[in-house]
Amino acid sequence: MTKLDDLLAYEVVEGLTEGQFTAEEYVISILKRIEEVEPKVHSFITLDTEGALSSAKIIDKKIREKEDIGQLAGVTVGIKDNISTQGIRTTCASKILENYVPTYDATVIRNLKENGAILLGKLNLDEFGMGSTTEYSRYRPTHNPWNLDYVPGGSSGGSGAAVAAGECTVALGSDTGGSIRCPSSFCSVVGLKPTYGRVSRSGLISYANSLEQIGPICRSVKDLVMMLNIISGKDAMDNTSMPSSPITVPNKSNKLNVAVIRELITGSDQEVAKSVFSASEKFQEIGFSCEEVSIKNLHYALPSYYTLASAEASSNLARYDNIRYGFDYPIGEYKWDTYFSNVRENFGEEVKRRILIGSYVLSSGYYGKYYLKARRLRSLLRLELLTLFKKYDLLIGPTMPILPFKFGEKIDDPIKMYLVDVNTVIANLAGIPAISLPIGFSNGLPIGLQIMAAPFEEQKLIDASYELEKVIHIQRRPNSI
Amino acid sequence: MIGLEIHAQITALNSKLFCSCRGNYRDLRPNSNICEICCGLPGSLPIINQKAIEYSTMTSIALGCKVPDKIMFYRKNYFYPDLPKNFQITQYNVYGISSIGIDGKYELDEAKQIRISRIQLEEDPGRIVYSEGGMNVGNTALIDYNRAGVALIEIVTEPDFTSPKEVRQFLNKLSLTLEHLGVCDTLLEGSVRCDVNVSMNGGNKVEIKNINSFKEVEKAINYEITRQSSVYNRNLNIELETRHWDDKKKITFKARSKEEEHDYRYFPEPDIPVIVLGSDFVANLKQRMPELPNQRFERFILKYKLSEHTSNILINDKKLADFFESTLKLHFSPTEIANILVTDFKSLIEDDTESTDYLKNLKVKPEHIAELAKLIEGNKISRITAKDILVKIFESGKLPSEVVNSSNSYKIADEKTIMDAVQSVFDTEKSAVEDAKKNREAINFLLGKVMKFTNGRADPKIAMRLINSKLSDPEKQ
Repeated sequence: MTKLDDLLAYEVVEGLTEGQFTAEEYVISILKRIEEVEPKVHSFITLDTEGALSSAKIIDKKIREKEDIGQLAGVTVGIKDNISTQGIRTTCASKILENYVPTYDATVIRNLKENGAILLGKLNLDEFGMGSTTEYSRYRPTHNPWNLDYVPGGSSGGSGAAVAAGECTVALGSDTGGSIRCPSSFCSVVGLKPTYGRVSRSGLISYANSLEQIGPICRSVKDLVMMLNIISGKDAMDNTSMPSSPITVPNKSNKLNVAVIRELITGSDQEVAKSVFSASEKFQEIGFSCEEVSIKNLHYALPSYYTLASAEASSNLARYDNIRYGFDYPIGEYKWDTYFSNVRENFGEEVKRRILIGSYVLSSGYYGKYYLKARRLRSLLRLELLTLFKKYDLLIGPTMPILPFKFGEKIDDPIKMYLVDVNTVIANLAGIPAISLPIGFSNGLPIGLQIMAAPFEEQKLIDASYELEKVIHIQRRPNSI
Repeated sequence: MIGLEIHAQITALNSKLFCSCRGNYRDLRPNSNICEICCGLPGSLPIINQKAIEYSTMTSIALGCKVPDKIMFYRKNYFYPDLPKNFQITQYNVYGISSIGIDGKYELDEAKQIRISRIQLEEDPGRIVYSEGGMNVGNTALIDYNRAGVALIEIVTEPDFTSPKEVRQFLNKLSLTLEHLGVCDTLLEGSVRCDVNVSMNGGNKVEIKNINSFKEVEKAINYEITRQSSVYNRNLNIELETRHWDDKKKITFKARSKEEEHDYRYFPEPDIPVIVLGSDFVANLKQRMPELPNQRFERFILKYKLSEHTSNILINDKKLADFFESTLKLHFSPTEIANILVTDFKSLIEDDTESTDYLKNLKVKPEHIAELAKLIEGNKISRITAKDILVKIFESGKLPSEVVNSSNSYKIADEKTIMDAVQSVFDTEKSAVEDAKKNREAINFLLGKVMKFTNGRADPKIAMRLINSKLSDPEKQ
């Protein structure tokens, strides 16, 4: 029998219902696992051991009393530390929120709790989600469980690493420009950025509101669907959320039309490109049609993304003025002209850089030149993609153009760092769903396939991912740690 | 040239513009009317109040504005401690139309119109409470976020005013309109604020900020005109600047220069999708919109046959006009009731009209006035008696019939009793009687004496007839 801490989410629910083990036993096995690997991986910022154990006991009691335990009963969930959890410190990996304890739960957290999920704690990220490696966390970086010298990807690096290392059954991440898919690819797990509006953002601490979504990171497509169905839906607390129909798996699926995005292949490392080609061959073997397409406006994606994301960030982060909550700030320096700039010294370098860029592109005289232009390019790209989706069900390419890299390799050059997001930002700009699915390894480093679909066509994404997962068996959890 | 920027809270709303906290924040313990949303806690999102869109649309229609098919919200970014998110969610018309109303015209009188450049819906910031001595003296500033997020309507006029008097006229009319629409109770403390732009003799524009009631606006403008004239007369330049109104000292003073140099970095609010109103929305709203003051004025004249003068007095005090119409429902006698209300009734309440719901607190209700009118019309009491009875009702809250019964105030219509009174007046006022014989004008004096003799209860018509016949028929002396 598989080790308890190695179970997938649906196996946990089955095991509990059938009385193979108790929720408490399962949680203890996970906590032991955390104790074992956390010193090497550093996924967590805050661990809520007591909370997790007491939730487990409540579920066991419900099972004994034959009460309804919910669809995710006993499943342990790690939460990216930019999603608000009532009573549990939520830092965004920033010093500016080091003492902030939310007074309310994000809608997705309420959904999870109502379905019996057990919250384990809060997972590491790049400060406010700005980064692709977790090196910009103001606490410490998370290490890639497949090779501890390598970055786990970001910004939801804590979520990707924790799921791969078996420190939680599943995790929630958030994705503004690839923050779920990048660590999923680098850590060989499955991660989905849902259609914009499918999942409520209420309680997600905003980095760039018009681009981001909360999404699940799991070790199987089936787990991912369980999570997605529970967090999806129109929410009265988010005016941008929309109703959607639940996803079924396995689903009696049609043969889908797939197209490989040419530019994403030519821009990738050879090893990565090779893996993607072999995945597209697998698609053909299972009866999908597979062609190549070109996206004309693709080169606008990255500049458009960084302009818009920074603009929104500069405004979103203005509230961290240390007046209503914050950190210890030496009293006696509350001078009108300097107060705001002084307290905001406490942001990290990357965050400051994006606030500066964002303020610049919004300032009068530059708005038309940068911000407005970026918005137009965004619409152009979205329109082009929607046209392509009239012909193809799915667009595929590598999630990341490169393999995971070592710590410190790109941190000194922001432009180099921004370039790794080139494949993922497309889906955020267009508001479409995109998944990253493990498809192979090169020198022991994971490679992920990105699949994109038209808005609210998650079912197609899942169908293709589920079929592919069946024919290519890729390890989801390293043996080394 | 004078232009206005008016901020009126939508006091009619139960909740704030983007959350369910109470819209009426007054008299609450500081920071007790707040939530994650209006406090701008991380991760909270604004949820648009649909009613606020309706009220601001009605206001736009009433001020002759065009209401676009789609509206949007923008973020106005600036740092200020009373602004929880350090940006204000508002509307903005530079990159295409987004605000709820544009290009309006509002009639000041028959000769003059004021152009309204735009109307926008936005959130109110919190309130900073400075320690004794004000913002430049004290050591502490406390912040109360109870007001943060309350819905505001901003009305911006073109610089079409040429005198403080016109501004006052406009604000009075605007208050009345807002009151009729039920949008804003302008008498509530802090519910309306006004910024004024004044430029004279082709000089620079001076903006006066934070005038906290409509009453102060005229004073601030007068002060500013005097100040600018004296600067001009000394051949000095009038600086382009922002000034504040000090309502204790009644002067304007220069704002800190930092406060003027703003680049608000407006951009569309990503958390509120574009709101499509559609033409049906405006058409439907027009159907169920409350009556506007000028419509009511015309109805009073047509339906109730009131004079323009009387109608004006009633319309200019919405609560009185409402009281009037409530009374009509009980007893339809427009002229008599309007007469009681605009004369005796109004003179009794004159001192209290400043308080917001002065009519609610009165002991006199429409039932009282309806009954009073019936008594007058039924010839049961005289108009003079009516006034005394009204005073008694104001004090006791008793119905007019009770007062009349207990004080024995019914009109005397019995000729014999009145004749007795006339006789005794003729007996005591001999010289006046002689005057009256030569000069008919002096009859009124005798009538007055008769009325006084009967405590105002004699039917004046009968008394007059008897006096006349007695004068022309000396036999009866």
